[in-house]
Amino acid sequence: MDITFMFETMKTLLAALPMTLALFSLSVFFGGLLALLIVWMRVSGNTTARNFAKGYIFVFRGSPLLIQMFLIFYGLGQFGFIRYSFLWPALREPFVCAVLSLALCTAGYTAEIFRFGLRAIPAKEIEAARSVGMSGFLLTRRILAPVAFRHALPAYSTEVVMMVKSTALASLVTVWEVTGVAQRLISQTYRTMEVFLCAAAIYLILNFLILQAMALLEYKLTPHRRAAPLFPVPQR
Amino acid sequence: MTPTTLNQTGTTMAGTTRLSVRNIRKSFGTHEVLRGISLDARDGDVISLLGASGSGKSTFLRCINLLEIADHGEISVDGELIQMEQRGGKNVPANRRQVDRIRSELGMVFQSFNLWSHMTILENVIEGPVHVLRRPRAECIAEAEVLLEKVGIAEKRNAYPAHLSGGQQQRAAIARSLAMKPKVMLFDEPTSALDPELVGEVLRVMRSLAEEGMTMLVVTHEMSFARNVSNRVIFMKSGEIDSDGAPDQLFGSGGSPSFRQFIGNFGG
Repeated sequence: MDITFMFETMKTLLAALPMTLALFSLSVFFGGLLALLIVWMRVSGNTTARNFAKGYIFVFRGSPLLIQMFLIFYGLGQFGFIRYSFLWPALREPFVCAVLSLALCTAGYTAEIFRFGLRAIPAKEIEAARSVGMSGFLLTRRILAPVAFRHALPAYSTEVVMMVKSTALASLVTVWEVTGVAQRLISQTYRTMEVFLCAAAIYLILNFLILQAMALLEYKLTPHRRAAPLFPVPQR
Repeated sequence: MTPTTLNQTGTTMAGTTRLSVRNIRKSFGTHEVLRGISLDARDGDVISLLGASGSGKSTFLRCINLLEIADHGEISVDGELIQMEQRGGKNVPANRRQVDRIRSELGMVFQSFNLWSHMTILENVIEGPVHVLRRPRAECIAEAEVLLEKVGIAEKRNAYPAHLSGGQQQRAAIARSLAMKPKVMLFDEPTSALDPELVGEVLRVMRSLAEEGMTMLVVTHEMSFARNVSNRVIFMKSGEIDSDGAPDQLFGSGGSPSFRQFIGNFGG
Protein backbone atom coordinates (compact mmCIF):
# COMPACT_ATOMS: atom_id res chain seq x y z
CA MET A 1 0.00 0.00 0.00
CA ASP A 2 1.48 3.30 -1.15
CA ILE A 3 0.41 5.93 1.36
CA THR A 4 1.71 8.88 -0.66
CA PHE A 5 -0.17 7.67 -3.75
CA MET A 6 -3.36 7.14 -1.75
CA PHE A 7 -3.05 10.62 -0.32
CA GLU A 8 -2.59 12.15 -3.78
CA THR A 9 -5.48 10.08 -5.11
CA MET A 10 -7.69 11.25 -2.28
CA LYS A 11 -6.84 14.86 -3.09
CA THR A 12 -7.70 14.37 -6.76
CA LEU A 13 -10.96 12.59 -5.97
CA LEU A 14 -12.03 15.11 -3.36
CA ALA A 15 -11.65 17.81 -5.99
CA ALA A 16 -14.49 16.05 -7.82
CA LEU A 17 -16.67 15.82 -4.70
CA PRO A 18 -18.42 19.17 -5.36
CA MET A 19 -19.64 17.76 -8.67
CA THR A 20 -21.02 14.63 -6.95
CA LEU A 21 -22.68 16.83 -4.33
CA ALA A 22 -24.16 19.08 -7.00
CA LEU A 23 -25.61 16.09 -8.89
CA PHE A 24 -26.95 14.69 -5.65
CA SER A 25 -28.51 17.81 -4.17
CA LEU A 26 -30.06 19.08 -7.39
CA SER A 27 -31.56 15.72 -8.29
CA VAL A 28 -32.91 15.12 -4.77
CA PHE A 29 -34.38 18.63 -4.72
CA PHE A 30 -36.05 18.51 -8.14
CA GLY A 31 -36.90 14.83 -7.75
CA GLY A 32 -38.59 15.61 -4.45
CA LEU A 33 -40.66 18.42 -5.98
CA LEU A 34 -41.65 16.20 -8.88
CA ALA A 35 -42.51 13.40 -6.46
CA LEU A 36 -44.93 15.71 -4.63
CA LEU A 37 -46.67 16.41 -7.94
CA ILE A 38 -46.74 12.72 -8.87
CA VAL A 39 -48.07 11.58 -5.50
CA TRP A 40 -50.70 14.32 -5.59
CA MET A 41 -51.82 13.01 -8.98
CA ARG A 42 -51.56 9.43 -7.76
CA VAL A 43 -53.96 9.95 -4.84
CA SER A 44 -56.24 12.45 -6.61
CA GLY A 45 -59.78 11.59 -7.58
CA ASN A 46 -59.05 12.32 -11.22
CA THR A 47 -58.71 9.08 -13.18
CA THR A 48 -56.48 10.55 -15.90
CA ALA A 49 -54.08 12.06 -13.38
CA ARG A 50 -54.03 8.87 -11.33
CA ASN A 51 -53.29 6.71 -14.35
CA PHE A 52 -50.59 9.07 -15.55
CA ALA A 53 -48.92 8.89 -12.13
CA LYS A 54 -49.22 5.10 -12.09
CA GLY A 55 -47.64 4.92 -15.56
CA TYR A 56 -44.87 7.30 -14.56
CA ILE A 57 -44.01 5.29 -11.45
CA PHE A 58 -44.15 2.05 -13.44
CA VAL A 59 -41.74 3.31 -16.10
CA PHE A 60 -39.20 5.10 -13.93
CA ARG A 61 -39.17 2.54 -11.16
CA GLY A 62 -39.22 -0.41 -13.51
CA SER A 63 -36.41 0.42 -15.92
CA PRO A 64 -32.69 0.79 -15.20
CA LEU A 65 -31.52 4.28 -14.32
CA LEU A 66 -28.51 3.85 -16.59
CA ILE A 67 -30.74 3.23 -19.60
CA GLN A 68 -32.91 6.22 -18.68
CA MET A 69 -29.75 8.31 -18.53
CA PHE A 70 -28.47 7.03 -21.89
CA LEU A 71 -31.88 7.65 -23.48
CA ILE A 72 -31.86 11.24 -22.29
CA PHE A 73 -28.19 11.93 -23.06
CA TYR A 74 -27.79 10.08 -26.38
CA GLY A 75 -31.43 9.71 -27.41
CA LEU A 76 -32.99 13.16 -27.13
CA GLY A 77 -30.69 14.70 -29.71
CA GLN A 78 -32.21 12.49 -32.41
CA PHE A 79 -35.38 14.52 -32.34
CA GLY A 80 -35.24 17.68 -34.40
CA PHE A 81 -37.91 19.44 -32.36
CA ILE A 82 -35.69 19.07 -29.32
CA ARG A 83 -32.41 19.78 -31.05
CA TYR A 84 -33.78 23.01 -32.50
CA SER A 85 -35.75 24.02 -29.41
CA PHE A 86 -34.74 26.59 -26.79
CA LEU A 87 -34.07 23.68 -24.43
CA TRP A 88 -31.20 22.27 -26.49
CA PRO A 89 -28.41 24.46 -25.04
CA ALA A 90 -29.29 22.91 -21.67
CA LEU A 91 -30.15 19.41 -22.82
CA ARG A 92 -26.87 18.88 -24.67
CA GLU A 93 -24.97 19.41 -21.40
CA PRO A 94 -24.01 16.09 -19.77
CA PHE A 95 -24.53 17.59 -16.31
CA VAL A 96 -28.09 18.69 -17.11
CA CYS A 97 -28.90 15.29 -18.60
CA ALA A 98 -27.51 13.51 -15.54
CA VAL A 99 -29.48 15.67 -13.08
CA LEU A 100 -32.61 15.30 -15.21
CA SER A 101 -32.46 11.52 -15.35
CA LEU A 102 -31.54 11.19 -11.67
CA ALA A 103 -34.40 13.49 -10.68
CA LEU A 104 -36.94 11.76 -12.94
CA CYS A 105 -35.95 8.38 -11.57
CA THR A 106 -35.93 9.28 -7.88
CA ALA A 107 -39.29 11.03 -8.29
CA GLY A 108 -40.85 7.66 -9.14
CA TYR A 109 -39.50 5.98 -6.03
CA THR A 110 -40.07 8.98 -3.76
CA ALA A 111 -43.68 9.32 -4.91
CA GLU A 112 -44.33 5.75 -3.79
CA ILE A 113 -42.54 6.34 -0.48
CA PHE A 114 -44.66 9.44 0.17
CA ARG A 115 -47.80 7.55 -0.81
CA PHE A 116 -47.07 4.85 1.75
CA GLY A 117 -46.52 7.66 4.25
CA LEU A 118 -49.95 9.06 3.43
CA ARG A 119 -51.56 5.67 3.79
CA ALA A 120 -50.01 5.26 7.24
CA ILE A 121 -51.82 8.33 8.62
CA PRO A 122 -54.37 7.19 11.20
CA ALA A 123 -57.85 7.79 9.76
CA LYS A 124 -58.97 9.01 13.18
CA GLU A 125 -56.52 11.90 13.13
CA ILE A 126 -57.81 12.96 9.71
CA GLU A 127 -61.37 12.72 11.01
CA ALA A 128 -60.46 14.91 13.99
CA ALA A 129 -58.98 17.50 11.62
CA ARG A 130 -62.12 17.49 9.48
CA SER A 131 -64.27 17.85 12.57
CA VAL A 132 -62.60 21.16 13.49
CA GLY A 133 -63.19 22.45 9.97
CA MET A 134 -60.02 21.58 8.08
CA SER A 135 -60.10 20.45 4.48
CA GLY A 136 -58.13 20.74 1.27
CA PHE A 137 -54.81 22.55 1.45
CA LEU A 138 -55.08 23.41 5.16
CA LEU A 139 -55.67 19.76 6.04
CA THR A 140 -52.74 18.74 3.84
CA ARG A 141 -50.40 21.37 5.22
CA ARG A 142 -51.21 20.93 8.89
CA ILE A 143 -51.97 17.22 9.27
CA LEU A 144 -51.50 15.05 6.17
CA ALA A 145 -48.05 16.23 5.05
CA PRO A 146 -46.39 16.44 8.51
CA VAL A 147 -47.67 13.03 9.59
CA ALA A 148 -46.98 11.36 6.23
CA PHE A 149 -43.45 12.79 6.13
CA ARG A 150 -42.69 11.36 9.56
CA HIS A 151 -43.90 7.96 8.45
CA ALA A 152 -42.00 8.17 5.17
CA LEU A 153 -38.71 9.38 6.63
CA PRO A 154 -36.99 6.02 7.27
CA ALA A 155 -37.73 4.77 3.75
CA TYR A 156 -36.93 8.17 2.29
CA SER A 157 -33.49 8.26 3.91
CA THR A 158 -32.71 4.97 2.16
CA GLU A 159 -33.75 6.52 -1.13
CA VAL A 160 -31.54 9.55 -0.48
CA VAL A 161 -28.54 7.31 0.15
CA MET A 162 -29.33 5.41 -3.05
CA MET A 163 -29.21 8.73 -4.87
CA VAL A 164 -25.71 9.46 -3.59
CA LYS A 165 -24.57 6.17 -5.05
CA SER A 166 -26.54 6.63 -8.25
CA THR A 167 -24.62 9.80 -9.06
CA ALA A 168 -21.74 7.45 -9.96
CA LEU A 169 -23.65 6.56 -13.12
CA ALA A 170 -23.23 10.13 -14.34
CA SER A 171 -19.61 9.25 -15.08
CA LEU A 172 -20.92 7.18 -18.00
CA VAL A 173 -22.35 10.29 -19.65
CA THR A 174 -19.01 12.14 -19.23
CA VAL A 175 -19.74 14.04 -16.02
CA TRP A 176 -16.54 14.27 -14.01
CA GLU A 177 -17.78 13.38 -10.56
CA VAL A 178 -15.90 11.17 -8.07
CA THR A 179 -16.34 7.84 -9.87
CA GLY A 180 -15.54 9.32 -13.28
CA VAL A 181 -12.37 10.92 -11.99
CA ALA A 182 -11.44 7.63 -10.30
CA GLN A 183 -11.76 5.77 -13.58
CA ARG A 184 -9.65 8.35 -15.35
CA LEU A 185 -6.98 7.98 -12.66
CA ILE A 186 -7.02 4.21 -13.09
CA SER A 187 -6.60 4.47 -16.81
CA GLN A 188 -3.56 6.64 -16.15
CA THR A 189 -2.00 4.62 -13.30
CA TYR A 190 -3.48 1.10 -13.58
CA ARG A 191 -3.79 1.04 -9.77
CA THR A 192 -7.40 -0.10 -9.55
CA MET A 193 -7.43 -1.18 -5.93
CA GLU A 194 -6.08 1.99 -4.32
CA VAL A 195 -8.11 4.38 -6.44
CA PHE A 196 -11.44 2.61 -6.07
CA LEU A 197 -10.84 2.08 -2.34
CA CYS A 198 -10.38 5.83 -1.99
CA ALA A 199 -13.53 6.48 -4.03
CA ALA A 200 -15.52 3.98 -1.96
CA ALA A 201 -14.28 5.63 1.24
CA ILE A 202 -15.53 9.00 0.04
CA TYR A 203 -19.02 7.60 -0.67
CA LEU A 204 -19.04 5.78 2.66
CA ILE A 205 -18.19 8.88 4.64
CA LEU A 206 -20.65 10.99 2.67
CA ASN A 207 -23.45 8.50 3.23
CA PHE A 208 -22.56 8.16 6.87
CA LEU A 209 -22.96 11.91 7.31
CA ILE A 210 -26.22 11.96 5.37
CA LEU A 211 -27.68 9.07 7.34
CA GLN A 212 -26.65 10.71 10.61
CA ALA A 213 -28.37 13.91 9.53
CA MET A 214 -31.53 12.03 8.52
CA ALA A 215 -31.54 10.10 11.79
CA LEU A 216 -31.17 13.36 13.70
CA LEU A 217 -34.04 14.86 11.72
CA GLU A 218 -36.20 11.83 12.48
CA TYR A 219 -35.29 12.06 16.15
CA LYS A 220 -36.22 15.74 16.29
CA LEU A 221 -39.52 15.17 14.49
CA THR A 222 -40.73 12.25 16.59
CA PRO A 223 -40.56 13.13 20.29
CA HIS A 224 -44.04 11.61 20.59
CA ARG A 225 -42.69 8.13 19.84
CA ARG A 226 -40.19 8.22 22.68
CA ALA A 227 -40.87 7.64 26.33
CA ALA A 228 -41.59 10.92 28.03
CA PRO A 229 -38.61 11.99 30.11
CA LEU A 230 -40.49 14.46 32.26
CA PHE A 231 -43.92 12.90 32.24
CA PRO A 232 -43.82 9.36 33.61
CA VAL A 233 -46.54 7.07 32.27
CA PRO A 234 -49.29 6.93 34.90
CA GLN A 235 -49.44 3.75 36.91
CA ARG A 236 -52.27 1.42 36.10
CA MET B 1 -66.92 34.02 10.97
CA THR B 2 -69.76 35.38 8.86
CA PRO B 3 -72.45 36.07 11.42
CA THR B 4 -74.66 37.84 8.89
CA THR B 5 -75.40 34.53 7.18
CA LEU B 6 -76.63 33.01 10.40
CA ASN B 7 -80.16 33.01 11.71
CA GLN B 8 -81.77 32.63 8.31
CA THR B 9 -84.47 30.30 9.45
CA GLY B 10 -84.07 30.08 13.21
CA THR B 11 -85.27 32.46 15.81
CA THR B 12 -82.92 34.93 17.43
CA MET B 13 -84.52 34.86 20.86
CA ALA B 14 -82.85 33.48 23.94
CA GLY B 15 -83.49 29.78 24.35
CA THR B 16 -83.01 29.59 20.63
CA THR B 17 -82.72 26.38 18.67
CA ARG B 18 -79.02 25.60 18.36
CA LEU B 19 -79.41 22.46 16.33
CA SER B 20 -82.26 21.27 14.23
CA VAL B 21 -82.31 17.94 12.46
CA ARG B 22 -85.17 16.94 10.17
CA ASN B 23 -85.93 13.44 8.99
CA ILE B 24 -82.38 12.09 8.60
CA ARG B 25 -82.10 8.83 6.68
CA LYS B 26 -78.94 6.89 6.09
CA SER B 27 -78.23 3.49 4.57
CA PHE B 28 -75.02 1.53 4.28
CA GLY B 29 -75.63 -0.64 1.22
CA THR B 30 -79.00 -2.25 1.72
CA HIS B 31 -78.90 -1.81 5.48
CA GLU B 32 -80.95 1.18 6.60
CA VAL B 33 -79.20 2.54 9.69
CA LEU B 34 -81.26 5.68 10.24
CA ARG B 35 -84.94 5.71 9.33
CA GLY B 36 -85.98 9.31 9.62
CA ILE B 37 -84.62 10.93 12.77
CA SER B 38 -85.65 14.44 13.79
CA LEU B 39 -84.42 16.38 16.78
CA ASP B 40 -84.21 19.95 18.03
CA ALA B 41 -81.65 21.01 20.59
CA ARG B 42 -82.28 24.34 22.29
CA ASP B 43 -79.63 26.45 23.94
CA GLY B 44 -78.31 24.68 27.01
CA ASP B 45 -79.96 21.35 26.26
CA VAL B 46 -78.03 18.28 27.30
CA ILE B 47 -79.44 15.38 25.34
CA SER B 48 -78.32 11.81 25.98
CA LEU B 49 -78.68 9.41 23.09
CA LEU B 50 -79.07 5.87 24.32
CA GLY B 51 -79.48 2.65 22.44
CA ALA B 52 -78.05 -0.79 21.85
CA SER B 53 -75.02 -1.01 19.58
CA GLY B 54 -76.19 -0.95 15.99
CA SER B 55 -79.18 1.24 16.82
CA GLY B 56 -77.66 4.06 14.75
CA LYS B 57 -76.87 6.57 17.49
CA SER B 58 -73.21 7.08 16.55
CA THR B 59 -74.06 7.28 12.85
CA PHE B 60 -76.69 9.86 13.68
CA LEU B 61 -74.16 11.96 15.59
CA ARG B 62 -71.64 11.69 12.74
CA CYS B 63 -74.28 12.76 10.23
CA ILE B 64 -74.78 16.02 12.14
CA ASN B 65 -71.26 17.28 11.40
CA LEU B 66 -71.17 15.47 8.05
CA LEU B 67 -68.49 12.94 8.87
CA GLU B 68 -71.17 10.72 7.40
CA ILE B 69 -73.40 12.17 4.72
CA ALA B 70 -77.06 11.45 5.28
CA ASP B 71 -78.98 10.20 2.25
CA HIS B 72 -81.92 12.38 3.09
CA GLY B 73 -82.91 15.10 5.54
CA GLU B 74 -82.02 18.58 6.69
CA ILE B 75 -79.60 19.86 9.32
CA SER B 76 -79.48 23.41 10.64
CA VAL B 77 -76.91 24.74 13.08
CA ASP B 78 -77.91 27.90 14.92
CA GLY B 79 -80.51 28.58 12.26
CA GLU B 80 -78.22 28.03 9.29
CA LEU B 81 -79.33 25.25 6.99
CA ILE B 82 -76.54 23.05 5.60
CA GLN B 83 -77.02 23.17 1.85
CA MET B 84 -77.13 19.83 0.11
CA GLU B 85 -77.51 18.89 -3.52
CA GLN B 86 -78.03 15.76 -5.60
CA ARG B 87 -74.94 14.73 -7.58
CA GLY B 88 -74.75 11.43 -9.40
CA GLY B 89 -77.82 10.23 -7.53
CA LYS B 90 -76.20 10.99 -4.17
CA ASN B 91 -76.96 13.56 -1.54
CA VAL B 92 -73.78 15.65 -1.10
CA PRO B 93 -72.92 18.99 0.50
CA ALA B 94 -73.35 21.82 -1.99
CA ASN B 95 -70.75 24.07 -0.43
CA ARG B 96 -67.50 22.71 1.03
CA ARG B 97 -66.69 26.00 2.72
CA GLN B 98 -70.02 26.00 4.52
CA VAL B 99 -69.36 22.45 5.70
CA ASP B 100 -65.93 23.45 7.05
CA ARG B 101 -67.42 26.44 8.84
CA ILE B 102 -70.32 24.45 10.32
CA ARG B 103 -67.88 21.80 11.51
CA SER B 104 -65.78 24.49 13.18
CA GLU B 105 -68.94 25.52 15.09
CA LEU B 106 -69.66 21.96 16.24
CA GLY B 107 -67.30 20.43 18.77
CA MET B 108 -66.80 16.70 18.31
CA VAL B 109 -65.40 14.40 20.97
CA PHE B 110 -64.59 10.91 19.75
CA GLN B 111 -64.67 7.55 21.47
CA SER B 112 -60.92 7.05 20.97
CA PHE B 113 -59.92 10.71 21.49
CA ASN B 114 -58.36 11.12 18.01
CA LEU B 115 -55.72 13.55 19.23
CA TRP B 116 -52.97 14.41 16.74
CA SER B 117 -50.20 12.20 17.97
CA HIS B 118 -47.27 14.29 16.68
CA MET B 119 -48.41 17.41 18.51
CA THR B 120 -48.19 18.24 22.19
CA ILE B 121 -51.40 18.64 24.17
CA LEU B 122 -51.14 22.43 23.97
CA GLU B 123 -50.49 22.26 20.21
CA ASN B 124 -53.53 20.02 19.84
CA VAL B 125 -55.68 22.56 21.64
CA ILE B 126 -54.50 25.66 19.74
CA GLU B 127 -54.40 23.99 16.31
CA GLY B 128 -58.00 24.74 15.39
CA PRO B 129 -58.22 28.31 16.73
CA VAL B 130 -54.87 29.30 15.16
CA HIS B 131 -55.17 27.61 11.78
CA VAL B 132 -58.91 27.27 11.14
CA LEU B 133 -60.19 30.38 12.89
CA ARG B 134 -56.93 32.25 12.17
CA ARG B 135 -56.82 33.88 15.56
CA PRO B 136 -53.62 35.30 17.12
CA ARG B 137 -51.43 32.54 18.49
CA ALA B 138 -50.61 34.18 21.82
CA GLU B 139 -54.29 34.72 22.55
CA CYS B 140 -55.07 31.09 21.70
CA ILE B 141 -52.29 29.82 23.95
CA ALA B 142 -53.59 31.90 26.86
CA GLU B 143 -57.10 30.53 26.33
CA ALA B 144 -55.81 26.99 25.88
CA GLU B 145 -54.03 27.16 29.21
CA VAL B 146 -57.25 28.20 30.92
CA LEU B 147 -59.06 25.29 29.25
CA LEU B 148 -56.37 22.78 30.20
CA GLU B 149 -56.57 24.05 33.75
CA LYS B 150 -60.33 23.62 33.65
CA VAL B 151 -60.14 19.99 32.50
CA GLY B 152 -57.39 19.37 35.03
CA ILE B 153 -54.36 18.61 32.84
CA ALA B 154 -52.52 21.93 32.83
CA GLU B 155 -49.29 20.19 33.85
CA LYS B 156 -49.48 18.02 30.72
CA ARG B 157 -49.44 20.91 28.26
CA ASN B 158 -46.08 19.94 26.75
CA ALA B 159 -46.62 16.18 26.86
CA TYR B 160 -47.61 14.16 23.80
CA PRO B 161 -50.91 12.25 23.64
CA ALA B 162 -49.13 8.88 23.85
CA HIS B 163 -47.73 9.91 27.23
CA LEU B 164 -51.16 10.46 28.79
CA SER B 165 -53.70 8.06 30.23
CA GLY B 166 -56.96 7.55 28.34
CA GLY B 167 -58.87 9.78 30.71
CA GLN B 168 -56.32 12.56 30.34
CA GLN B 169 -56.36 12.19 26.56
CA GLN B 170 -60.13 12.46 26.48
CA ARG B 171 -60.04 15.55 28.67
CA ALA B 172 -57.44 17.02 26.30
CA ALA B 173 -59.75 16.22 23.39
CA ILE B 174 -62.60 18.01 25.16
CA ALA B 175 -60.34 21.03 25.68
CA ARG B 176 -59.42 20.90 21.98
CA SER B 177 -63.11 21.04 21.06
CA LEU B 178 -63.87 23.80 23.55
CA ALA B 179 -61.04 25.92 22.14
CA MET B 180 -63.14 26.35 18.99
CA LYS B 181 -65.92 27.92 21.11
CA PRO B 182 -68.48 25.55 19.64
CA LYS B 183 -72.21 26.26 19.57
CA VAL B 184 -73.00 22.60 20.16
CA MET B 185 -70.80 19.80 21.48
CA LEU B 186 -71.20 16.30 20.10
CA PHE B 187 -69.88 13.44 22.22
CA ASP B 188 -69.56 10.04 20.54
CA GLU B 189 -69.32 7.50 23.38
CA PRO B 190 -66.66 9.59 25.14
CA THR B 191 -66.08 7.11 27.95
CA SER B 192 -66.47 3.79 26.13
CA ALA B 193 -62.75 3.35 25.42
CA LEU B 194 -61.71 4.13 28.99
CA ASP B 195 -60.81 1.90 31.88
CA PRO B 196 -63.61 2.00 34.47
CA GLU B 197 -61.60 4.01 36.99
CA LEU B 198 -60.93 6.74 34.40
CA VAL B 199 -64.57 7.23 33.38
CA GLY B 200 -65.38 9.45 36.34
CA GLU B 201 -62.82 12.16 35.56
CA VAL B 202 -64.22 12.60 32.04
CA LEU B 203 -67.83 12.59 33.20
CA ARG B 204 -67.00 15.25 35.79
CA VAL B 205 -65.68 17.54 33.04
CA MET B 206 -68.81 16.90 30.96
CA ARG B 207 -71.06 17.58 33.90
CA SER B 208 -69.40 20.92 34.58
CA LEU B 209 -69.81 21.83 30.90
CA ALA B 210 -73.50 20.99 31.15
CA GLU B 211 -73.82 23.15 34.26
CA GLU B 212 -72.24 26.06 32.39
CA GLY B 213 -75.01 25.84 29.83
CA MET B 214 -73.20 24.19 26.93
CA THR B 215 -75.56 22.61 24.42
CA MET B 216 -74.57 18.96 24.27
CA LEU B 217 -75.55 15.84 22.38
CA VAL B 218 -74.08 12.80 24.07
CA VAL B 219 -74.08 9.26 22.74
CA THR B 220 -73.38 7.25 25.84
CA HIS B 221 -73.84 4.07 27.80
CA GLU B 222 -73.43 5.91 31.10
CA MET B 223 -76.90 5.63 32.61
CA SER B 224 -76.01 7.82 35.58
CA PHE B 225 -74.97 10.63 33.25
CA ALA B 226 -78.14 10.26 31.18
CA ARG B 227 -80.25 10.22 34.28
CA ASN B 228 -78.61 12.88 36.41
CA VAL B 229 -76.93 15.33 34.03
CA SER B 230 -78.99 15.45 30.86
CA ASN B 231 -82.33 17.21 30.67
CA ARG B 232 -83.55 14.99 27.87
CA VAL B 233 -83.04 11.36 26.97
CA ILE B 234 -83.57 9.87 23.54
CA PHE B 235 -83.63 6.12 23.18
CA MET B 236 -82.94 4.84 19.69
CA LYS B 237 -83.91 1.46 18.38
CA SER B 238 -83.28 0.11 14.86
CA GLY B 239 -82.60 3.54 13.42
CA GLU B 240 -85.66 5.21 14.89
CA ILE B 241 -86.42 7.22 17.99
CA ASP B 242 -88.20 4.84 20.32
CA SER B 243 -88.57 6.99 23.43
CA ASP B 244 -87.92 10.68 23.97
CA GLY B 245 -88.43 12.63 27.13
CA ALA B 246 -87.12 14.01 30.39
CA PRO B 247 -84.93 11.54 32.28
CA ASP B 248 -87.23 11.49 35.31
CA GLN B 249 -90.15 10.59 33.13
CA LEU B 250 -88.36 7.92 31.06
CA PHE B 251 -86.45 6.34 33.92
CA GLY B 252 -89.54 6.65 36.05
CA SER B 253 -92.41 4.99 34.30
CA GLY B 254 -92.72 6.69 30.94
CA GLY B 255 -90.32 4.63 28.83
CA SER B 256 -91.46 2.11 26.26
CA PRO B 257 -91.13 -1.64 26.96
CA SER B 258 -87.96 -1.71 24.80
CA PHE B 259 -86.47 1.09 26.87
CA ARG B 260 -87.33 -0.70 30.09
CA GLN B 261 -85.70 -3.84 28.77
CA PHE B 262 -82.63 -1.85 27.63
CA ILE B 263 -82.02 -0.18 30.99
CA GLY B 264 -82.80 -3.48 32.69
CA ASN B 265 -79.60 -4.79 31.09
CA PHE B 266 -77.67 -2.09 32.94
CA GLY B 267 -79.13 -3.13 36.25
CA GLY B 268 -81.03 0.17 36.20
